[in-house]
Amino acid sequence: MSAIADVDIEAELTSQIVAVAATGGEIEIIGGGSKRFYGESFEALPVDVSGHSGVIDYDPAELVITLRGGCKLLEIEALLAEHRQMFGFEPPCYGRDATIGGMVASGLAGPRRAFAGSIRDFVLGVKILDGHGEINHFGGRVIKNVAGFDVSRLMVGSLGTLGIILEVSIRVIPIYETELTLAYEHGGADQHIRWINELGSQPLPISASAWFAGRSLLRLSGSAQGVRQAADQLGGDPADFSWSELKEQTLDFFDVEQPLTRISLPPASTDWLGDLPQLIEWGGAQRWVCGEVDIPSLRNEAGAMGGSVCAFRRHDADVPVFHPLSPAMLKLQRNLKSSFDPAGIFNPGRIYQGL
Amino acid sequence: MSQARREKLAAKFREFLAPENVVDQPTSLNAYECDGLSAYRQQPLLVLLPENIEQVQQVMRVCHAQRLPVVSRGAGTSLSGGALPHAEGVVLSLAKMNRILKVDPLSRLAVVEPGVRNLAISEAVESQGLYYAPDPSSQIACSIGGNVAENAGGVHCLKYGLTLHNILALKVVSAEGEIFEIDQRSLQVDGYDLLPLLVGSEGMLGIVVEVTVKLLPIPRCARVVMGVFDSVEKAGDSVAAIIAEGVIPAGIEMMDNPAIRAAEDFVHAGYPIEAEAILICELDGTEEEVLSQIEWVENVLKQGGATETRLARDEAERLLFWSGRKAAFPAVGRISPDYYCIDGTIPRKALSAVLAGVRQLSEEYDLPVANVFHAGDGNLHPLILYDGNNQGELEKTEELGSKILQLCIHHGGTITGEHGVGVEKLGEMCVQFSESEREQFHAIRECFDPLKILNPGKAIPTLARCAEFNAMHVHEGKLPFPELERF
Repeated sequence: MSAIADVDIEAELTSQIVAVAATGGEIEIIGGGSKRFYGESFEALPVDVSGHSGVIDYDPAELVITLRGGCKLLEIEALLAEHRQMFGFEPPCYGRDATIGGMVASGLAGPRRAFAGSIRDFVLGVKILDGHGEINHFGGRVIKNVAGFDVSRLMVGSLGTLGIILEVSIRVIPIYETELTLAYEHGGADQHIRWINELGSQPLPISASAWFAGRSLLRLSGSAQGVRQAADQLGGDPADFSWSELKEQTLDFFDVEQPLTRISLPPASTDWLGDLPQLIEWGGAQRWVCGEVDIPSLRNEAGAMGGSVCAFRRHDADVPVFHPLSPAMLKLQRNLKSSFDPAGIFNPGRIYQGL
Repeated sequence: MSQARREKLAAKFREFLAPENVVDQPTSLNAYECDGLSAYRQQPLLVLLPENIEQVQQVMRVCHAQRLPVVSRGAGTSLSGGALPHAEGVVLSLAKMNRILKVDPLSRLAVVEPGVRNLAISEAVESQGLYYAPDPSSQIACSIGGNVAENAGGVHCLKYGLTLHNILALKVVSAEGEIFEIDQRSLQVDGYDLLPLLVGSEGMLGIVVEVTVKLLPIPRCARVVMGVFDSVEKAGDSVAAIIAEGVIPAGIEMMDNPAIRAAEDFVHAGYPIEAEAILICELDGTEEEVLSQIEWVENVLKQGGATETRLARDEAERLLFWSGRKAAFPAVGRISPDYYCIDGTIPRKALSAVLAGVRQLSEEYDLPVANVFHAGDGNLHPLILYDGNNQGELEKTEELGSKILQLCIHHGGTITGEHGVGVEKLGEMCVQFSESEREQFHAIRECFDPLKILNPGKAIPTLARCAEFNAMHVHEGKLPFPELERF
């Protein structure tokens, strides 16, 4: 634990926010900067929060860790691993400097998300600095807590627009005894989607799935017996596949010269992307497309299926990054934003106009 | 409220609701005057039972236009007074909206109306090898709409999560009568994640009219082991030891001696009545996996000082072991004229200290306390035994309950793990949250319901209420537990 910097800059951050609020300014909250690409671009005074670092509390037997937002994600994962624990949602780093605050604010999760839960599912409490310059606690350090509205989980994916995440308590899980990846030749996306969803109705220790280039990959995680039994049942060929490269988007599939689009659908939705080169994960719920696409028409089709489309990376600046909300929902969300940040100080317009 | 006004309003609602779905006769209204927290009672102005979403919208439009308070109600099993009626308002019962609309085994989801009973979902999908995981003790009776409003838990939520973790989409009627949807079937959220705000909002942010729940495959095998202990501390430490070693049981429950005696007397589950504590630990998964893990757990219990361990031999005995735990509340109800259930949650490591504190408070107030405990997730249910017919005993009981909750906060916990704040714990909310935190709650509420007609007076205390509570509980200018760290 000693390797992780223990620095409390809460007082400095608070006076900075109070000063900005007084002058009608706007700020961009920056942790490690690894996920700065995610969302609309905007101009505001950068405020570095990565210095606010330290482990507030970690007792492995409680399965809960409480951290300052500036802690480096990689350092925390190493700390958890020392105690044979990990984050259940397998968060991507997108760079060595990724912070815990950024992880929570972005809400981005990796291959295990569809099988173990989202960041939101594991967050138990937060301490935030809001647009009034107030420091507030919501939730707590216990697994069950229904006192007051669940503001701590509202912070997940809010991209810093509601305030600065000073501290967060997160539930952690034990590292599995065994992991095994199996590969299958499934030529078509539809074949993969049907297969993986049918497997979902059986009690199998599946912890990740992927399909691309005519091949399905399945990761099993659990006790040695459980994984062996499942592997016997499922057949397939043991494969050497790096789920970490998928999570970090460093696989060859993710061409860094091309725009990257994320299509989210109810998992069992059929394939409708046809010839577009795609990578399907999360049991069918998350589909990545690398290359030029017509975002408005994809949004129409995905929207009709109960899904959404995100212009994730390297799209033209005039393409809205996130799937548009209905006018009534946008109004409600703008009101929520104002309730935390009435002057619109934090990350203005990063999600939608006024959000 | 005059009877004339009541009749005029009833006529207004009968323009679009069937006559029998507008309850306005005082004798019939009595059935709705309380929920599971029967110490609080209030007759509502009217009870309305819409049969579809359009009727819920129409009800809300009338109530919004007339600024009538609306208390939504499912099966009425709340233990915190969440469904206590408002004297000047209507009770909106969702009991008649009780159809399972769709079961999709490939996507492992079911779309249900809010009045569907929790257990009815699992029963409807059992033949497909699926079930709905959250299992509050009241699951035979409680409705899914109420589960959403309270973020209900249950004995299996350590492994399978709370209601929040098992909901994929909600259709909600707003205070103005408009429909909005939160759809996360795609596992993605556009904009802010409103699901955690709505789940557990105690009917204050909208009327949930349709719920899409996640279904899980039924585990192939479930086995239960019981550990018998001569001290609650040893039992508590054994729970920590199991979890620290990386095994997440499907459920792990603890009962202390008074609870064991009451339960054994009631259901004859074979519990050892001399024991100071028992642990009931269930593991699930594949057969081979469960067999090896249960043997391991049995060893941990023995090393932790269990005087005896018992492995349920078959499914019948597994259910028997559980029957005592599941019937603990009514069992205590048999040995005492009244009982009052507390719902504090604490970090597991604080268990011994908190139980010792509860014992001390119990002696101080001269009221017996039986403890049942969702040991895996730190959710404590002390049951205070009292007799409401004795002058002043209810007040004394409530004060003891409040002290126990403040003890939970003091040890880094919370005043409610799964029963909700309702009307019951408004005072303790003033201890757990600062003024600015409570202001934020009120501000969120106003985003959804600017006129504040949805379940007014519940869950989030007003400034005035907290001033009153603190005036009563500040002694010699000091708040209880001044060193309290509130996170």
